[in-house]
Amino acid sequence: MNDSNADPIIDIRRSQLGRARGLGAAKSGLHHWWAQRVTAIALLPLSLYFVLSVLMLEGASRTQMMGYMAEPWNAVLFLCLIAALFYHLALGLQTVIEDYVHTDATRLVTMLAVKGLIVFCALASAVSVLKLAL
Amino acid sequence: MKDVREALMVGRNTQGKLVRRPISPFMIGSAYKPQLSSMTSIFHRITGVALGLGTILLTLWLVCAAAGDGAFSIIQAVLASWIGLIILFGFTVALFYHFCNGIRHLSWDAGKGFELPDMHKSGRVVFAATLALTVIFWAIGLYIW
Repeated sequence: MNDSNADPIIDIRRSQLGRARGLGAAKSGLHHWWAQRVTAIALLPLSLYFVLSVLMLEGASRTQMMGYMAEPWNAVLFLCLIAALFYHLALGLQTVIEDYVHTDATRLVTMLAVKGLIVFCALASAVSVLKLAL
Repeated sequence: MKDVREALMVGRNTQGKLVRRPISPFMIGSAYKPQLSSMTSIFHRITGVALGLGTILLTLWLVCAAAGDGAFSIIQAVLASWIGLIILFGFTVALFYHFCNGIRHLSWDAGKGFELPDMHKSGRVVFAATLALTVIFWAIGLYIW
């Protein structure tokens, strides 16, 4: 689509079957959809737990923070939260990028940068929780 | 148009004329009147992206706590400053909205609540619940403080 103002004309010299075969999802749309829902459901209790944790840790000293994470349940729940949250975030931002970035090269670069940053933050968070807990 | 991948990008309008389909974000602008359905939808996306930025703050908070007393006292002071509190307030509004509207989306995924009156009602419930949860959270938070 070089000239977006001109009226579109279809000029594809292939059979209808050939066209149809080129049009399938052919990627991993269903898996993306399911993963987004599963992480969303996981985040319902986990985000409420996070909100309660924030209230309990309000104004906490570092010693109190370490004491909180030293409870195995808290460390495990925080690690579950980090996994579900960053996975859900990656899926959501992927959709946003796919919707609004229309140039292939820019989209690929944006996607890799955003997903790379998400993996980095997820690992940094998880390692921090483990360091506080252990 | 010569590439089969572009075949989905054209369609016929009500006059039967071949036209290019609009590409996102066509909902914002003259083509589409702002209404409760579109507003709750775009807010879901905006709050999602905002929460994504908020996770950077969450990461910083955890990393500073793991790093040491000096780093942790700095991040706690930043979060307790006026700017920090304004950012945290925005974060809680976004979180509670995305939480409530997310439940609305999940109920649609289960095939429930598609009728227009139901959809409008659930949209208003989401706004009310967001307000209520935010007020409750900050009431408790400021009381503890």
